[in-house]
Amino acid sequence: MIYEGKKRIWSEYQKDIPDDHWYYVRSCIRQNFFPASERMFTEITRNVLGKDLYETPHHTTCGGIAYHCDTLPQETAMTIVARQFALMTEAGYENYVPSCITSFGNYAEILETWEEFPELEAKIRENLWKACRREFQKPKYLAHSSDLIFHWRDAIAAKAKHLLVNPHTGAPLRIVEHIGCHYAKMFPSKGEGGAEYPYVLAGMIESWGGEVVDYPERRHCCGYGFRQYHVKANRGYSISNTYKKFESMEPYHPDAIITNCPGCPYFLDRWQYVIAEQTGKTYGENGFGIPVLTYEELAGLVLGYDPWNLGLQLHQVAVEPLLDKMGVDYDPDAKYLGVNREDIMRPELPKSIRCY
Amino acid sequence: MKQNVVIIGGGIAGMEAANQLQLLGYNPIIVEQESALGGHVAQWHKLFPDMSVARDVVGRMSKSIASTNVFLDTRVVSVKSSRSHYTLSLSNGVDVTTRVVLIATGFGLFDARKKEEYGYGVYDRVITNGDLEQWMNGCADSRIPESPRSLGFVHCVGSRDLKAGNNQCSKVCCMTAVKQAIEMKELFPDSELYCFYMDLRLFGKKYEDFYINAQRDFGVHFVRGRVSEVGEDIDGRLCVKAEDTLLGKPLKIHLDLLVLMAGMVCHPQTSKVAEMLRLDVGNDGFFKSRDNLANIQESNQDGVFYAGACTGAKTIPETLAEARAVALRIHSYFNNL
Repeated sequence: MIYEGKKRIWSEYQKDIPDDHWYYVRSCIRQNFFPASERMFTEITRNVLGKDLYETPHHTTCGGIAYHCDTLPQETAMTIVARQFALMTEAGYENYVPSCITSFGNYAEILETWEEFPELEAKIRENLWKACRREFQKPKYLAHSSDLIFHWRDAIAAKAKHLLVNPHTGAPLRIVEHIGCHYAKMFPSKGEGGAEYPYVLAGMIESWGGEVVDYPERRHCCGYGFRQYHVKANRGYSISNTYKKFESMEPYHPDAIITNCPGCPYFLDRWQYVIAEQTGKTYGENGFGIPVLTYEELAGLVLGYDPWNLGLQLHQVAVEPLLDKMGVDYDPDAKYLGVNREDIMRPELPKSIRCY
Repeated sequence: MKQNVVIIGGGIAGMEAANQLQLLGYNPIIVEQESALGGHVAQWHKLFPDMSVARDVVGRMSKSIASTNVFLDTRVVSVKSSRSHYTLSLSNGVDVTTRVVLIATGFGLFDARKKEEYGYGVYDRVITNGDLEQWMNGCADSRIPESPRSLGFVHCVGSRDLKAGNNQCSKVCCMTAVKQAIEMKELFPDSELYCFYMDLRLFGKKYEDFYINAQRDFGVHFVRGRVSEVGEDIDGRLCVKAEDTLLGKPLKIHLDLLVLMAGMVCHPQTSKVAEMLRLDVGNDGFFKSRDNLANIQESNQDGVFYAGACTGAKTIPETLAEARAVALRIHSYFNNL
């Protein structure tokens, strides 16, 4: 591996990201999967870094999943997106930041399409006016929320309580970064670091003291792939993809995986249990799995937030081995207490993969 | 007094044209930006189809123009044109006045780093065809393992590639890959070799023989399909993914060395030379001939001619034939003044 070669590529794919005043739109599914991630993003943005971040309850789905599942024509998705832009315009913002990778890809694709086919943009404006009497300005800047955490990674590092370094050995933790397919594979120029060697998560890992693991199946899909998982008959493909990735990363003994997509952390986390049930194989140390975190969760740990307030007890794979390696203090007895300190009940623990 | 002909570029096109012009009674003056004559060919090891040693070929050509005026490490800085003459100011401080300028600037090699998915400059064991020739010429290259067990060659890197901005076929890469695969098999008889191609364009004399020999006598595997991505495993071996379009299957293979057949692109100085002499450039970036059939050596400017790969990808025999032809064309031009 020639690190300088990657740095040269990273230097060619740098996004212009304004430092403040963002209009934030949440994902349809992330709050169900990893409920504290988006909350952590708003916490870091507003309360840790003091930035202006606006969101509205009137925001809806962007139509991206339905579009990519071929159940919605693109013009319909475009009209939905036009309404989102109208909400942003009405709120007085021009910097648009979605939490979902597929939304980010959907917005990027639509803006590019309108650039190439202005007559289509005119038609969508007419559709929106007819549907709800709204008008919109296109965002001046479009970024994914991981782009913003990347942009502020050094500011976060400056406030860090825990780095990605084992305090007992001083060794950097080995972190696998997994990028959602719709982040840069569609438009390499829209992603920090491009499509082949994205830097958006690698930059966070480096800034927070960790070591990035590059392994042969790094670019491979996590296994979600809408037509794989959402079509029940295809779910074998879904877990096969995930299995392929874990087999490929296994020799590197990663301490954790971080991702920037709604589906990836879910499937990389949950399928580890299924693989353990099916094959008896686990990929972490001592019968555990490899903890899978969203970048907001990892940023939260770095900043010293309580892991149970970050919702890490809702992960399938136990996160405690990572917390121990980072030197994070946590109360095992508080794991299944909710934010109101009431018991949220304990899940039945599997026998195939070690969990707490 | 002999008429000057300034030749910009001292590769094989410029050298051969100089030799012919000298024989026809002119005073050719070669302006070469590098410190030696021979261009890309001088960097090569052996040349197909006869496996001639490239240095010997260039050496013989150099001898034939031993009395020619050659300015090495020199560039054309500016050009002034009058009704019948061009005055070229050179970077060595010399001004040369001539009625005829011959452009023989040749081509540039595609920068393989632009095909990011192949990992040139990122993974240790990915090299280009040019790197391999240098190594065969005796230059040490730590990227090439001592005893590779498996090697791959990727055809059309930066050729016939809309995404890379080069639509044209580079003509020689298919045959170069076949040649280099045979050479590597001779050096490492126990190794397995794979050529990943989209079409094999083996049009020249004896090329087909090479292709058949590569399969029959050397066991080279030809896989019709493009490489989609290259990664590196924990031992530093390359993990190459491709599609075998004949079998209709994806393919994953571990290799010890991957050689990228970087194609021909226009020379990086083309636009500057074109600007100085007000020459037309085609949408492929190469100099634009008056037409592509009967007047390939003619430019849009009176007294300016082309030879070799400055107008597009060419083989060595094509380049030499063009250099000889342009010498006659220049002779005819002078006779008609």
